[in-house]
Amino acid sequence: MNKTTEKVRQTLAKRYRSEKRFRAFGIASITLGLLALVILFTDIIGKGHSAFIEHRVTLEVSFDADVLQISDVNDADQVTYGNYIAAIRAAMSEQFPEVQNRSERKQLNGLISSSAEFELRDMLRADHSLLGQSRTVSLQLDDAADLFFKASPGKRDGVRVTDLQKSWLLTLEERDLVTSGFNQSLFTRGDSREPEQAGMLGAILGSLFTMMVTLVLSFPIGVAAAIYLEEFAPKNKFTDFIEVNINNLAAVPSIIFGLLGVSIFIGLFGMPRSIPLVGGIVLTLMTLPTIIISSRAAIKAVPPSIRQAAMGLGASNMQVVLHHVLPLALPGMLTGAIIGMAQALGETAPLLMIGMVAFIVELPAGPVDPATVLPVQIFLWAGSPEQAFVALTSAAIMVLLAFLITMNTIAVLLRKRLERRW
Amino acid sequence: MKKTLMIATVAATAAMSAQFASAARDYISIVGSSTVYPFATVVAERFGRSSGFTTPKIESTGSGGGMKIFCQGVGLQHPDVTNASRRMKSSEFELCKKNGVKDIVEVQIGYDGLAVANSVKGADMDLSLRDLYLALAKDVPNPNGSEELVPNPYKTWKQVNPALPDVEIEVVGPPPTSGTRDSFNELGIEGGCKTYSWLKALKGSDKSRYKAVCRSIREDGHYIEAGENDNLIVQKLEANPNALGVFGYSFLEENTAIVKPVKIAGVEPGMETVSSGEYPMSRSMYFYVKKAHVGVVPGIKEYVNEFTNERAWGTSGYLVDKGLIPSADNERRQWAAQAKGMKTMTGKEFH
Repeated sequence: MNKTTEKVRQTLAKRYRSEKRFRAFGIASITLGLLALVILFTDIIGKGHSAFIEHRVTLEVSFDADVLQISDVNDADQVTYGNYIAAIRAAMSEQFPEVQNRSERKQLNGLISSSAEFELRDMLRADHSLLGQSRTVSLQLDDAADLFFKASPGKRDGVRVTDLQKSWLLTLEERDLVTSGFNQSLFTRGDSREPEQAGMLGAILGSLFTMMVTLVLSFPIGVAAAIYLEEFAPKNKFTDFIEVNINNLAAVPSIIFGLLGVSIFIGLFGMPRSIPLVGGIVLTLMTLPTIIISSRAAIKAVPPSIRQAAMGLGASNMQVVLHHVLPLALPGMLTGAIIGMAQALGETAPLLMIGMVAFIVELPAGPVDPATVLPVQIFLWAGSPEQAFVALTSAAIMVLLAFLITMNTIAVLLRKRLERRW
Repeated sequence: MKKTLMIATVAATAAMSAQFASAARDYISIVGSSTVYPFATVVAERFGRSSGFTTPKIESTGSGGGMKIFCQGVGLQHPDVTNASRRMKSSEFELCKKNGVKDIVEVQIGYDGLAVANSVKGADMDLSLRDLYLALAKDVPNPNGSEELVPNPYKTWKQVNPALPDVEIEVVGPPPTSGTRDSFNELGIEGGCKTYSWLKALKGSDKSRYKAVCRSIREDGHYIEAGENDNLIVQKLEANPNALGVFGYSFLEENTAIVKPVKIAGVEPGMETVSSGEYPMSRSMYFYVKKAHVGVVPGIKEYVNEFTNERAWGTSGYLVDKGLIPSADNERRQWAAQAKGMKTMTGKEFH
């Protein structure tokens, strides 16, 4: 055995050990990451799952013309301003005829959500023949009552209902009038200050419009910039300077783009506050560097032999780029764009400045209607005093995470599908 | 490919800009205080549902930020109403005037109490304003009784006042950017500072020094900044029964299962004690309407009417359920009348 082999033999065990240690470190850091993820998800899902369920109470409501104060059902104004609360109150006191005292009645009526009267109004609007008849209707409960039923029996004392209300709720439950079901308003309504009526459709639509504007603006601009810089621009100090600046922009805190948006688009151009169009433009500025950088990397990855072959066959520079380089680089560019979009989807800071952190009930119909976005909705709900908003906040986080996961999965799949190796 | 994309981009941008250039605003735009936000949003929602007007849009920008945006000028791109958890300052009134916002209608909404609270598992406490000042101010009068300021030496409540429990001073509260913090500094810390006659005398001789002394909070870890989110403060109190928290009264009301109020000078915060002024830490809330927009943006008058209606801000109105503490009956009548008549501010409000 020569000296070297001897030496190798001696250190072999040590080297194996160090490799094992290295692997163990890798596994440990991944475990740590996964653990954090698991804790995050359990916390969010644990808090948020109850928001997807709502409780309703089934009552026999009579659409009595005198109670509703509607003499002519074809008069739209009368139907709009009918006294539906009175009908609900009558139905409640039918259940609890013993409640007479004024403050007790107020407590009793407080169990039903204020949306109930509008539900009745919409029923009557849809079907005029209801006037004068009775119907069994399931009405939304107020958030406190809803929380009471959601809490496990041991924890019901912590819910903000009075002792009287507690006894009524238990009675209703005994009479089998309380039903639970999927909370539809969460996905069909805009924001509300009443937790049981609050929904995130407005925020989802707002996010959608904002992302649309961002995609339409940032992708073509980003790709065009990348192609020019990579394929056509001369390599000199000036292009170096541009490159440094693009990389620099990618690291600028997003709030700066918001400040820019408020002073230029709102201040100078007089665009309205709180609209997805302005939000989209601001987020475009923020995502552009990401898209340019990833697009350039994708173009660089196309082997020069392809360009040379095309040129050898007589293609012009532009034909080389458009017919050969661009199609081959597109999957990489798309991946970059999707990752940039996912980043923009979770952004709140720049939107704060341009007024998209706002209470908006109406659903936006287009990119120039005032709207808010999902992360902002989470921020607003997290700051609301009502207990039920804690669950809603987590539910909105779950929806946002679902969107992000979908987008990132698409990015991975695209890369897997379209990727070419040379 | 690139060409079609470019054309699509240009077309889309052109279509959008044409759309918003022609669109007049049909909703009320409101900015301002995050303290008033929970009340204004409830009114806006009811107003939108019952009146047939579009629901107003409400941004939560903070009182100062709201004033700045509101005073930017007259015109549809500027907001119609701003909310504030304090009265408009004369400097802000001047700014408004300079930008052409001359006619402003002021309405006082009611009161919001500042609560100091701890976990239901913690000890019952009763603090005077002076206790609060001594426990939380950056510099306090020397404990030996001489008239000089020393960096706050107190570590436990017992050192501040022998009647208090022997636990470490730990107060979780809002950061300096918050309007709630401003009020706490002014009503709580300054309130206690003023009880020293020689410090109070400073107000007349050296006002800026007085403000620096009487409104600054210690930064040595006994006061913990918890971010703007009052829910977070409540959670922290639940986790630590020895800590006290500072937040708006409405959060106290919503979380009575988790936290309980600390008495201030023997008074517990409540409807009656706050509106009567018996509870020392309460502030009034306002909103301001740009009169030039009334009649231009539909629904402003009706929105103001909804807000100043007894069914909203009255003693049994729906805002009370959300934690508002109503003004006294005669005050409410007076403000409602002013709002109805769209009586503008004269500038003499700032004495």
